[in-house]
Amino acid sequence: MDEVGTVALRDDDELRRLHGRLVERAAADGLLDVAYRTVDSPVGPLLLARTPAGVVRVAFAVQGHDAALQELSDRVSPRVLEAPSALDDVARELDEYFAGTRRTFDVPVDLRLLDGFRRSVVEHLRDVAYGRTASYAQMAAAAGSPRAVRAVGTACALNPVPLVLPCHRVVRSDGSPGQYAGGASAKRTLLALEAGAIGA
Amino acid sequence: MKQPFERVVTTHGRTVLRVCRAVLGPVDADDAWSETFLAALRAYPDLPADANVEAWLVTIARRKALDVVRRAGRHAVPVADVPDAAVPPGGLDLDLWAALGALPDKQRRAVAYHHLGGLPYDDVAALLGGTAAAARRAAADGVATLRRTYPRFAEEGSS
Repeated sequence: MDEVGTVALRDDDELRRLHGRLVERAAADGLLDVAYRTVDSPVGPLLLARTPAGVVRVAFAVQGHDAALQELSDRVSPRVLEAPSALDDVARELDEYFAGTRRTFDVPVDLRLLDGFRRSVVEHLRDVAYGRTASYAQMAAAAGSPRAVRAVGTACALNPVPLVLPCHRVVRSDGSPGQYAGGASAKRTLLALEAGAIGA
Repeated sequence: MKQPFERVVTTHGRTVLRVCRAVLGPVDADDAWSETFLAALRAYPDLPADANVEAWLVTIARRKALDVVRRAGRHAVPVADVPDAAVPPGGLDLDLWAALGALPDKQRRAVAYHHLGGLPYDDVAALLGGTAAAARRAAADGVATLRRTYPRFAEEGSS
């Protein structure tokens, strides 16, 4: 390798170290408003983001991780930093979930990206047990607006924390999976995973 | 629309490190870099969306570099009092900051702020004192010297 290349590599190491120090000091000074990392999963790379209050975003690759980060910058705070260790607990719970050994998530959730009816719908997602499904109509009734079936579909599609709040368990009345922010095949994968873990 | 701060760090982190090294040398540059980005992170939500982020960062970096110098209680010049004779750095340790350190103070800062930091000469003049024309001259003189003392400058300076 030539000298310029060697110097550039040394700079990369140095900048990584400095970035790590910046993240630590930002957290200590209460300036880490949004921390994020990416993880691999059976449904593709996932972006995980949290505020001090809890997990605020889980985004599939098909949704665009850069777009998700920009939305967090616009709607939560532009103080957004890649801070993998701040999301170790979320990454671990997701690993356990995909391994079939975890059925509920214990990490705190921050639903500040939603309000009103959509928030109410997303909050009721926890009531749908692992391995079970609920119809959009049942979710509408649970959220207190039995006629708002379409609005439930929209709320599920806009769930900022899929997987952690299981919108994949909401299916059509005829039993077919229906739409999913991570794509229809991701939804089938998750429903099959849960059915398999229950059956095992 | 303001981009996530992570993008600011990845886009400009290297430039700020170069400016800090040019002004302070490699050891104290680390502290100045950290102080610069921590201060920038603190102020970032209030930065106007159309601001020149690079110029803003270099201005903070300059202030933080001066803070580091004051704390250390000594002058900022890594290699002082040798304006006409470049220090020949040895082997792989050859680096731009060493050649820059051999420049007279005003030339060194003009080169750092304009060529490394990307500031326009009006802004460089505001930092150095004097006119934009004088800043341009100082930077040009500094670059002329660097072309003799630091052969890689041409390719790095153009990046």
